[in-house]
Amino acid sequence: MTVGLNAFLIVAGLLFAVGLLGVTLRQNTLVIYMSLELMLNAVNLAFVAFSRYNGTMDGNLFVFFIITVAAAEVALGLAIIVALFRRRQSVMVDQLNALSH
Amino acid sequence: MLDILFYVFSAITLIAAVLMVLTPNAVNGAMCMIVAFIGTAALFVLLEAYFLAVIQVVVYAGAVMVLFLFIIMLLDVDKGEGATEYNNKLTIGASAIGFLLLVMLVFTAFSGDHLPELGLTAVTENPEVFDGGVPFTTSSKSFGYSLFTKYMLPFQVAGFLLLAAMIGVIVVSKKHDVAED
Repeated sequence: MTVGLNAFLIVAGLLFAVGLLGVTLRQNTLVIYMSLELMLNAVNLAFVAFSRYNGTMDGNLFVFFIITVAAAEVALGLAIIVALFRRRQSVMVDQLNALSH
Repeated sequence: MLDILFYVFSAITLIAAVLMVLTPNAVNGAMCMIVAFIGTAALFVLLEAYFLAVIQVVVYAGAVMVLFLFIIMLLDVDKGEGATEYNNKLTIGASAIGFLLLVMLVFTAFSGDHLPELGLTAVTENPEVFDGGVPFTTSSKSFGYSLFTKYMLPFQVAGFLLLAAMIGVIVVSKKHDVAED
């Protein structure tokens, strides 16, 4: 494969930018959360690319740990969103503004 | 051949990610998200990280997205009041400008010859441990070597973190009495 490290880093950076766009643009908490997962995924891609082109296994192991932490984070975050929905009957961020009043 | 596959999988991943961000329906967004995750798994295969590709499909595209879809359908947020999105024009403008700035930053940072272009080294099947860490191999055996030697403490901490997350989820999702607080 003649594709270099920089091409993979560009793809990872673009994925991260798209995820950040989703976090800033959307009102739905669940979609914001999915965009956060996308940003984590972009970082994973950069880690694996660095690991492959560097010739060591450390980046791959970091991705392993990141996936573990992301799975735990998703479970906890969704539980928090469900608890929030039970109390406020909404998951839109512009209606979850009790602290700003 | 592999170069064409790289461009195809990158395009699929990026297009699915953009669709996920822009589609108004949350369920459609979750479906696009699955495509984006599987595209990333394909890029992992191109980088010869086969074990991580399988983990990515099983954990992200499987467990995590099923959990997301389950919660989306449970809460049924697309109906009822508050389903309006993109209501603030200022937010759209600011997000678009910020996104374009980030894209320009990514291209200028990575597309020049600022970083040295490294060649791909040959990959062996079986790991050999030496002083500088575990070299890159295609077998999942090197994961085992590293997890039980160099990364023993993080491995234990990750296990403890999963336990803590499980207890946390049980506590958070327990039915509280509203009058109590």
